[in-house]
Amino acid sequence: MRYFITACLILWTSMAHTYEIEAQTEFSVEGATSTLSIISTTDTAVFAPVIANFQVANPQINVTYTAASSSQINTAIVEENAQFDIAISSAMDLQTKLANDGYAQAFDSGFIALVPDWGTWRNSIFAFSQEPATIVLNRAAFEGQKIPQTRAELITLLRSQPEKYEGRIGTYDVRTSGLGYLFATQDSRTSETFWRLTELMGQLKVKLYCCSSDMIEDVSTGEITIAYNVLGSYAAARDDLAEKIIIIEPQDYATVMLRTALILKDSKAQRAAGLFMDHLLSEAWNDQPINQGQNLRRIPLGPGLLVFLDRLKRQQFLQEWSSAIFQ
Amino acid sequence: MNIQGSIYRRLMLQLVGSAAILAAILFLLFQSFARQLAVESQDTTLQASASAILESVSVQQGQVVADIPYAALAMLGNVSDDRVFYQISLGTEVLTGYEDLPRSLDDTSWTAKYRGDPIRLVKVSRSLPINGSLTTIAVTVAQTQDGLAQKLGEISRTAILIGLIFFAVATILAVWAARSSVRPLNIVAAAVSRRGPADLRPVTTPVPSEMAPLTQALNAFIARLDRSLSQSEDFIAEAAHRVRTPLATVRAQAEVTLRRVDKEENRVALKQMIRAVDESSRAAGQLLDHAMVAFRTDHLERSKLDLRAIIKEIVERQTPIADLKDIEFVQTTAPDCIVLGDTILIQNALTNIIDNAVKYSPHETVITVTLERKGAEVVLTVADQGPGFEADNIDALTDRFARGTNVGQTVGSGLGLTIANEVVKAHNGTLTLTQNTKGSGACVTLSLPA
Repeated sequence: MRYFITACLILWTSMAHTYEIEAQTEFSVEGATSTLSIISTTDTAVFAPVIANFQVANPQINVTYTAASSSQINTAIVEENAQFDIAISSAMDLQTKLANDGYAQAFDSGFIALVPDWGTWRNSIFAFSQEPATIVLNRAAFEGQKIPQTRAELITLLRSQPEKYEGRIGTYDVRTSGLGYLFATQDSRTSETFWRLTELMGQLKVKLYCCSSDMIEDVSTGEITIAYNVLGSYAAARDDLAEKIIIIEPQDYATVMLRTALILKDSKAQRAAGLFMDHLLSEAWNDQPINQGQNLRRIPLGPGLLVFLDRLKRQQFLQEWSSAIFQ
Repeated sequence: MNIQGSIYRRLMLQLVGSAAILAAILFLLFQSFARQLAVESQDTTLQASASAILESVSVQQGQVVADIPYAALAMLGNVSDDRVFYQISLGTEVLTGYEDLPRSLDDTSWTAKYRGDPIRLVKVSRSLPINGSLTTIAVTVAQTQDGLAQKLGEISRTAILIGLIFFAVATILAVWAARSSVRPLNIVAAAVSRRGPADLRPVTTPVPSEMAPLTQALNAFIARLDRSLSQSEDFIAEAAHRVRTPLATVRAQAEVTLRRVDKEENRVALKQMIRAVDESSRAAGQLLDHAMVAFRTDHLERSKLDLRAIIKEIVERQTPIADLKDIEFVQTTAPDCIVLGDTILIQNALTNIIDNAVKYSPHETVITVTLERKGAEVVLTVADQGPGFEADNIDALTDRFARGTNVGQTVGSGLGLTIANEVVKAHNGTLTLTQNTKGSGACVTLSLPA
């Protein structure tokens, strides 16, 4: 390795902060002249190669990578005024609200021409990956069975064998997971089948999860048979589990989340943040074919995303969801 | 000539100035109109959004429920990338949204500052029955004005472009208008200045009606000038003729009488009388010459003159008179002495100078006439061996009727050198009177541009 990069895991112990940070990792290089501080929902292990690549091109920049949940990111930035340069999140709605409420700064990237029109808002939020919500099945359980390709087929399957799937379905707990809430609310906008499916899952005593990775894990072990609205990218990344799970992009529609990054208003390392954003965008869009499957329903960036963050709207949605799930 | 300002320049300034003012007005009108339209269109979208949100507010089991439609905010994102703020309030209590959003008492649209940026707000409200009493539900939707500013920037650029094009076209038209307005003046001026000195016909160039009074006045003036010119010439010729004819009769009678009387004292008286008559006659002749010179110098008719030929002719004419006094002419003339001048005037001037020399030369003397080319000038020197000029009043001799005090019995009018001097001046030359450097006598030097 040409550069001496130490990745040291530091458990966050500071009592001064009310938000809980899962883990903070330092990617330090010798002779660094500045430090870039990133807060992100992406698992450190998944993102490490991106940072390594960035540091190969920019060896003078240290990177501090803090992994957190989307709501933790929101709390850290809005309520705690925590010092970060870049926020990366799968929660497009919260990212949009950060930009809308003035926590992001506009950035003129040299690579903006690569980014499709729908991939940026206000020159502040930049998408760098498209990740569909998928249904993940346990391969063993579906041995010799017809694989459901749409929500309607899934509903039919669950209805036909309720005893087989009771307690064997998993989905996001939308009350705690920002991404789960985003997927659920977008589902509710798209089709009535979402509510039918939710009600059905409630009847079948659905297990609620905080994160996609846990669901994938449980599907692979056979703890559950079906996981709904799992991040396809996470499932696909688990090469080790490829034999045990089946990943389905629903053919009726697959909600596509855009993972986005923004430079925070109070960034102290603006130059480094700009370099990192340029790196992120050029890597992301240089050779990425713009996904145009008929069933893919990309969540559009924009003020519409603020609607389900509204206190009353959220309250109402969660009420409806809870009454469907907990019968 | 007293020149003050220029019609062309004034016209240009006024037309271009008006065009600039009109272009500025056009720009401002266009911009304010476009701005109004842009603001109205933003208000319309905000109004639609706020109304949709207000429509979604309902009372369920005594609880106010707001189910903001997705499209209510998404539609704002379709128009521009502006930041969006909203607030739903029940009376004074904020139910949801941005609590610190500026407030208004009435349902209206207005502009305010929020979180450091100017925003456009629209407020709508309605009354809902809650627990038996009507309560006002108000919805405010606001948007930053980045999109508006960007749109206005584009509009301003377009407006500036339109203004500039308008101004450029107006300026070209102004140049054209000013030129064509002044053209008739230039045409008449050119027609008049092209004329020869003797051309005193009225101006017949077609002129626009505004110039008719000027042209009429000019024509009337030319006619008057023509009349007075011919009257003056006629008058002088007539006057000289009327004076000379009776003088000739008187002289003839006196000569006849002189032969008849023998008494010495009577003869002296008669001789004096004849002398006086000669002097008067000569004066009348020179007066006529002088008047003629005065008129002609106003309108010189220049042609190429060979001074050598002219001098030769004058000397030949004077030789009989000179012979009477045994005066000898010594001529030294160069060949290339061509000047541009009025034949009659030059002849007259040279005759006066040589005539003077003959007149004032004593018997048996020599008059030296030298004509030579000196650089860009042709110089004629006439030197005699007479009494010469008196040093103290040499400059006054070119004044009218001025004569030296040493002229003795010589007949003269005092106009000869005056005429010569005026002619030379009219031809941009100089006349210099000096004492003869070789012995006694006068020396007249005349130089003319070749």
